[in-house]
Amino acid sequence: MITVNHLSKAFGDHLVLDDLSEHIEKGEKVVIIGPSGSGKSTFLRCMNLLEKPTAGQIIFDGQDITSKDADINKIRMQMGMVFQHFNLFPHLSITRNMTLAPVKLGVLSKDEAEEKAKKLLDRVGLLEKADSYPDQLSGGQKQRIAIVRSLMMNPKMMLFDEPTSALDPEMVGEVLEVMKELASDGMTMAVVTHEMGFAREVANRVLFVDGGKVLESGTPDQVFGNPQNERTKEFLSKVL
Amino acid sequence: MTNLKEKFISDFIVDERWRYVTGGLKVTLLVTLLALILGCLIGMIIAIVRCAHDQRGEIEKKTFGNALLDFFNAICKLYVTIIRGTPVLVQLLIMYFIILVSFKSKVTVAVLTFSINSGAYVSEIFRGGIMAVDKGQMEAGRSLGLSYIQTMIEIIIPQALKSALPSLVNELIALLKETSICGYIGLNELTRGGDIIRGTTFDALLPLFLVAIIYLLMVLGITAIFGRVERRLRQSDHR
Repeated sequence: MITVNHLSKAFGDHLVLDDLSEHIEKGEKVVIIGPSGSGKSTFLRCMNLLEKPTAGQIIFDGQDITSKDADINKIRMQMGMVFQHFNLFPHLSITRNMTLAPVKLGVLSKDEAEEKAKKLLDRVGLLEKADSYPDQLSGGQKQRIAIVRSLMMNPKMMLFDEPTSALDPEMVGEVLEVMKELASDGMTMAVVTHEMGFAREVANRVLFVDGGKVLESGTPDQVFGNPQNERTKEFLSKVL
Repeated sequence: MTNLKEKFISDFIVDERWRYVTGGLKVTLLVTLLALILGCLIGMIIAIVRCAHDQRGEIEKKTFGNALLDFFNAICKLYVTIIRGTPVLVQLLIMYFIILVSFKSKVTVAVLTFSINSGAYVSEIFRGGIMAVDKGQMEAGRSLGLSYIQTMIEIIIPQALKSALPSLVNELIALLKETSICGYIGLNELTRGGDIIRGTTFDALLPLFLVAIIYLLMVLGITAIFGRVERRLRQSDHR
């Protein structure tokens, strides 16, 4: 689904991603873990070019998205992204939050979009919030809305950037539940998270990133049960 | 008391002198309204250019688009610097006697001057509003596939306007009152209307106070209207 070749990203003199290569299969659920400042979020944000890579190539669905001719807006329509701080649009109702992009971009008509929004809201148990505004919702509710807002565009892949890190502990579960459901529906997912339980349960593969490199990659059992790299061991001993 | 009544009659009734006030009021409102609209338009365009330039981050490649943006950004900065650095009265006189000397219509000269002047201030107000919107909003819009301009129009600017509204109202009030200098180019706006009566009847008290009260009432009206607008815009905040 997405192939990253020799990706580097520098902010000024600071090299955040260092010649990183990785491939994610269609339907694969990859969880990216690592200490803060390791470059894992930057890696994720490079995949939909929210950060422009300094060097390297990213092939998404057979298309080189780092090439000059790539239509970045078209590509992003097929790649959903969920942020740590939700980033719902506070001036729009929940329904408008969800229907804005698909209607503006001509993916769905207004009626189709509203119909679809209803279905998705029902699926995450928030149908009664359709006419509310983001500030009226709890953190967990906001993040569930943010997820279905991305799904409105029918993305081929979903990127999650620490989706539960800004939540109160009791709300983490409801968001992970939605993500698990999405995973079992076969969505291709790349998830940066500190939720090791989620990684164990859902991931096909876990990547340990530090210093801008993938230091370890394997099934959750391999990475959590029998880590090879010293730094992986050290990190896991702190978080597990 | 009879004295005051006589003055009132000679100030406003005789020769229909009240028409100086009403006619002046019309001109003041016309100049303010047109300058407001044009000024906001200029201000919005400048703010977007300045923000697009400042928020584009580090540039890796020297593309034509980047060079163009640098150029427009420099022009916008120069414009704001010059306009904010010189008195509006001087600008008005320069426009009337030098730049637009062939223009017959004083209203046009006044509207253009005040649009250009107001645009500089409004651009900084909008820029502050746009910069104050969380950068996650732009990222969320872009991640959904919306273009920069679409995200600006649908997501950033509505939020920026909301936070910029109090300052914008301030600017509108300042603009309304600043138009009183148009008398310098012989445009018969409200202040000059009152002053003409003073010059004719040699009574300063009534005409000047009347003019002052009319300005005050207009400002009160503007404050009341936008107070309502602000309350309506706040309906999405339920903290």
